[in-house]
Amino acid sequence: MDLLWQGIEQAARLIAAGDPDVIEIARLSLEVSALATLLALVVGVPFGVWIGLKPFPGRNLIVSLVNTGMGLPPVVVGLFVTIFLWRSGPFGFLGLLYTPAAIVVAQLILALPVVIGLTIAAVQQIDPRLSLQLLGLGASRAQLLVLLLREARLPLLAAVMAGFGAVISEVGASLMVGGNILHHTRVLTTATVLETSKGNFDVAIALSLILLGISFVINLALTLVQQRATRR
Amino acid sequence: MIADSRGPALLARGVSVDNRRRRILDLPELAVEHGETLSVVGPNGAGKSTLLRVLGLLETPTRGELWFRGEPIPREHSRLLALRRRMAIVFQDPLLCRTSVSGNVGLGLKLRGVRRGERKRRVEEWLARFGIAHLAKRPAHRLSGGEAQRASLARAFVLQPEILLLDEPFAALDPPSRQALVGELQELLAETHATTVFVTHDRDEAFALGNRVAVLLEGAIAQIGSPEEVGRRPASEAVARFVGIETLLAGRILSTSPEATSIAVEALRLTAAARGRPDEQVWVCLRAEDVSLIADEGIQPPGAWNVIPGTVKGLAFWGTQVRVAVDCGVTVTALTTRLLVSGLGLRPGRPVRVAFSPHSLHVIPRVRGTS
Repeated sequence: MDLLWQGIEQAARLIAAGDPDVIEIARLSLEVSALATLLALVVGVPFGVWIGLKPFPGRNLIVSLVNTGMGLPPVVVGLFVTIFLWRSGPFGFLGLLYTPAAIVVAQLILALPVVIGLTIAAVQQIDPRLSLQLLGLGASRAQLLVLLLREARLPLLAAVMAGFGAVISEVGASLMVGGNILHHTRVLTTATVLETSKGNFDVAIALSLILLGISFVINLALTLVQQRATRR
Repeated sequence: MIADSRGPALLARGVSVDNRRRRILDLPELAVEHGETLSVVGPNGAGKSTLLRVLGLLETPTRGELWFRGEPIPREHSRLLALRRRMAIVFQDPLLCRTSVSGNVGLGLKLRGVRRGERKRRVEEWLARFGIAHLAKRPAHRLSGGEAQRASLARAFVLQPEILLLDEPFAALDPPSRQALVGELQELLAETHATTVFVTHDRDEAFALGNRVAVLLEGAIAQIGSPEEVGRRPASEAVARFVGIETLLAGRILSTSPEATSIAVEALRLTAAARGRPDEQVWVCLRAEDVSLIADEGIQPPGAWNVIPGTVKGLAFWGTQVRVAVDCGVTVTALTTRLLVSGLGLRPGRPVRVAFSPHSLHVIPRVRGTS
């Protein structure tokens, strides 16, 4: 147990001192995952609304695929993104491999099914007759979409939380496509793996605590928004 | 509201709606006149909601055309929106949004880009009219059924629509809230002269609210007319059964004269004020409230009346009212009160005479093959 206590003590000191390396790693983690989540929302919410509200042949198949995608193994995503971004691969000319952009791409792919799947669930729990009522009150198509999203805002916030939670905590894909390069692509999870393998438990614990802290603060903020909305 | 020489408020011509298996609505012609309340009444599955969705431009009919104040309704969506914004619809379930009551009531105005100040004023006015001003800030999903339906009605009325469409707005309410709201709506419709189409499966509501009543059976309008006309002079056996004519007897016209028509119903001879041709097969309709029960030998009804001896067959109690079935060779049903039932000592087996005016009998042709 000494190892744990010493580690925590050292971690607290590192965080309190504001170690520049640790701060840099934490900031990159936050930026990359936030951007990936944002992009996943921009693409995934309209797509999820469309799948959720418009019946078409083969919809169940698509929903099943999306739901399967919610449990996509990060290493598999990492593998394929690496292949695609490899210098001789189809997108090799972009030169993205081992850059933060590559991590964003991999995390976007991981978050997308989560956002789409939860958006489908969110809009499908709205009473289907509500659309008719809103059109009957004079809503245009665009107004209808906004009103329905507002109606589903609580479960949609869950989609944001789940999407962000999935990408900030994954390590496999970030390690493979980012390469864990110091000052460049090292994020909290990849750094934790590295420090643990080096036996630097104190640094690893510090990084883990920061990761948990970020996760907690983001989810707390979203939960507060969600709960305030519930009361209304 | 505004008289318009160009045509009725809403006109449907040759409109039909088919689903995969069958035709669910068939309207050769239906006109909704300015300022009237048209009740559309029919059993479940008759196509009432489909009719309302078509009139509300929320569903495109398979065939046919619609005119709004004499102008044909286009198929392009952008122009439909403008027309739809001159109407408002209220459904059986209130379907409120997850926001405050006033937010819900102001929603239609907001969608139309009405300014905040104006919106606030109109919302407050209609919240008050429906007696829910004190609930303005309450989250809509915390309302009781009756309160929610009031909010839903206020949400439609606040738009001052040229056409108001009501789809069974009372069906989900408990009897006291229902009665109160029907009464209030009656007053509001009379006062605002809003052109209204009111769809319901409840005959009493339909007759209470409508200036005209249309009976919708199996997707087609079986009869349309004043409540008096539809209630007392149904056009067919099906309408007669639906509007609650309890005594419906198969008969044959014996003779007819300008004053009276004599009709044979089994062994009985009835006199009706209606006309017909001799030997015509007819249905004789008699409303239960038009039948008097005479238990006392000494009482003589007016001379021209039909008076038939019989025995009480059964009593059905419903609130303060009692339906008495009397066996006169055929069964005649009379509507009376609990007080009268005990006063006359009515019970099964008791001899009694039924009496009704020739004017109470309505006669409709009986088409062969419909029993």
